[in-house]
Amino acid sequence: MQALYAQLLVGLINGSFYALLSLGLAVIFGMLNIINFAHGALYMMGAFVAYFLLQYSGLNYWWALILAPAIVGLFGILLERTMLQWLTGLDHLYGLLLTFGIALIVQGLFQNYFGSSGLPYAIPDLLKGGVNLGFMYLPIYRAWVVVFSLVVCLATWYLIEKTQLGAYLRAATENPTLVRAFGINVPLMITLTYGLGVGLAALAGVLSAPINQVRPLMGADLIIVVFAVVVIGGMGSIMGSIITGFALGVIEGLTKYFYPEASNTVVFVLMVLVLLVKPQGLTGRAA
Amino acid sequence: MKSKFSALMLGSALVLASATGAFAQDKNIKIGVLTDMSGLYADLGGAGSVIAAQMAIEDSGMLAKGWKIEMVSADHQNKPDVGTNIGRQWIDVEKVDVFVDVLNSGVGLAINNLVKEKNAVMINSGAASSVLTDAQCTPNTVHWVYDTYMLANSTGDALVKSGGDTWYFLTADYAFGQALEKDTTAVVTKAGGKVLGAVKHPLNTADFSSFLLQAQASKAKIVGLANAGGDTTNSIKQAAEFGIVKGGQKLAGLLLFITDVHSLGLNVAQGLNFTETFYWDLNDQTRAFSKKFSERSKNKAQPSMVQAGVYSGLLHYFKVLDANGGNPKDGAKVVSLMKDMKTDDALFGKGEIQPNGRKIHPAYLFEVKTPSESKGPWDYYKLIGTTPADKAFRPLSESACPLLKK
Repeated sequence: MQALYAQLLVGLINGSFYALLSLGLAVIFGMLNIINFAHGALYMMGAFVAYFLLQYSGLNYWWALILAPAIVGLFGILLERTMLQWLTGLDHLYGLLLTFGIALIVQGLFQNYFGSSGLPYAIPDLLKGGVNLGFMYLPIYRAWVVVFSLVVCLATWYLIEKTQLGAYLRAATENPTLVRAFGINVPLMITLTYGLGVGLAALAGVLSAPINQVRPLMGADLIIVVFAVVVIGGMGSIMGSIITGFALGVIEGLTKYFYPEASNTVVFVLMVLVLLVKPQGLTGRAA
Repeated sequence: MKSKFSALMLGSALVLASATGAFAQDKNIKIGVLTDMSGLYADLGGAGSVIAAQMAIEDSGMLAKGWKIEMVSADHQNKPDVGTNIGRQWIDVEKVDVFVDVLNSGVGLAINNLVKEKNAVMINSGAASSVLTDAQCTPNTVHWVYDTYMLANSTGDALVKSGGDTWYFLTADYAFGQALEKDTTAVVTKAGGKVLGAVKHPLNTADFSSFLLQAQASKAKIVGLANAGGDTTNSIKQAAEFGIVKGGQKLAGLLLFITDVHSLGLNVAQGLNFTETFYWDLNDQTRAFSKKFSERSKNKAQPSMVQAGVYSGLLHYFKVLDANGGNPKDGAKVVSLMKDMKTDDALFGKGEIQPNGRKIHPAYLFEVKTPSESKGPWDYYKLIGTTPADKAFRPLSESACPLLKK
């Protein structure tokens, strides 16, 4: 029974990464109608930027938490301005192919310069160590990851669903022409939204740097699962992607305990089941 | 009329002379470096293996003796089907004589069948599976650097003898991981230890916390990592986070390369025990080779044992061909000549190639230095034990290789 609690908690930790990443994907899809396959590469860039900041400018983890999403977000904005904006109104396939190509190029470049085994990134001193909860030894850093990503997820949800700015955004997705007629700069809002989604990916990258090796392929390995999470939660639903992110982390954690061999398939099995029963996803809007 | 006849005679004589010359001495060799150029093993083989092969060609002095040596290389992407396709094309179209590196046990076993079918040569320095010289041995394959039996034997035995008599495994769930777990279990049990359990994780797992918690709960003294590459580095890094080592359990990396230690950093990797057959800082000869190697490699990396194996395997191959005056096309013949000549190489010490294709040499048990012990980048290992060549690998009496049956 104790072991079960431990696995539930561990699942929640992994769920926070799924939630952060699928949230970014959901925001981008919801507002830009683009399936952002470059998300994994941008997550990886976040981790690498954190590494560079520490290695070359001596800026620690806490700085990286702010700066890395900003820097990678700017890179995202550049991508949106130079390439993605021309795809507005075209079939999803174009966006998918373009972002997939970008992901391959970015990963290839990083691999060429930094090899495949990865670079070390230490846990910040303040979050080192752990506490004994009785049923498990919980590293403080992991607890931090859960709390921090939960706060970020909820803040993003609040921003988009509950504020004036969010209302503009949602309106701009529904009917861009009409919103423009009110004097609102829609292309700028779209660009910033993409930057925000990308920043969330980079933030997840910084959070994972001390846990995993900073590797060029870290995103490619994770992104497939995250896409399954988004499909299960329902494309474009903000709260849906947060909840499914955490929930699937827990389900995966339980699988790792009861039948570890299936732990990297269970998410996809669930995806198939959901698609059969409710093709628009658990919380998705019907197309 | 007479002059025409003598011209004809002269012409035929020339043709005959050149034809017999070519038959007796085919001095053209083509090397194929088949490896992982872009995936998780690219650092321990990859471009470094190409450099090692190039250095072997230069250092052998074969070019000065009139040999013509060409080299091709390709990325098998860790997929046996991709590797086999490249291999077929190399043999049929490009006329490649010898395959080197061929890391990844899946690809290694596929090429093993191919070289036998086509009578080419494979000097494998990258794959771990001991099956290559066991049930699936061929007259065309030499397994150069290490294998799962040797790793289990050296690391497993040493740890049980130093008090680590209860084990729990984290095993990569495919042929290689299972073989390593099986071989190590045999060694541990034989030495009087006990295996308390194992958890099989999928290949290429990012998060090991669930598995590590299970290992922690088992209270085993040794947590054996029967995995490789990114899986091993991630398990080690996360084990530190979950206080596994602080709680009194010890980690045993059953297959760890210097590139993994470099990537982990000494803060995390310190104190780990594991086995390799090559380390750049072992003696003057290894240092001399590694210095030249690192000057040519990207990021000034030191050679891994796989890359060192490419170099030393090729040197032996060249030496044998040179001593026998040529004809690299008959692969089985070349390999049998390689087995006849004792190996004496700068990097792996004295040894030989056994009838089943297993190259034997000493195995070294290392411990990773603490950050204060290390004098700089790549100064990572302390030698704590050596197993002599004849004890390090699977004895021929236990080998199921069909070549051994007379």
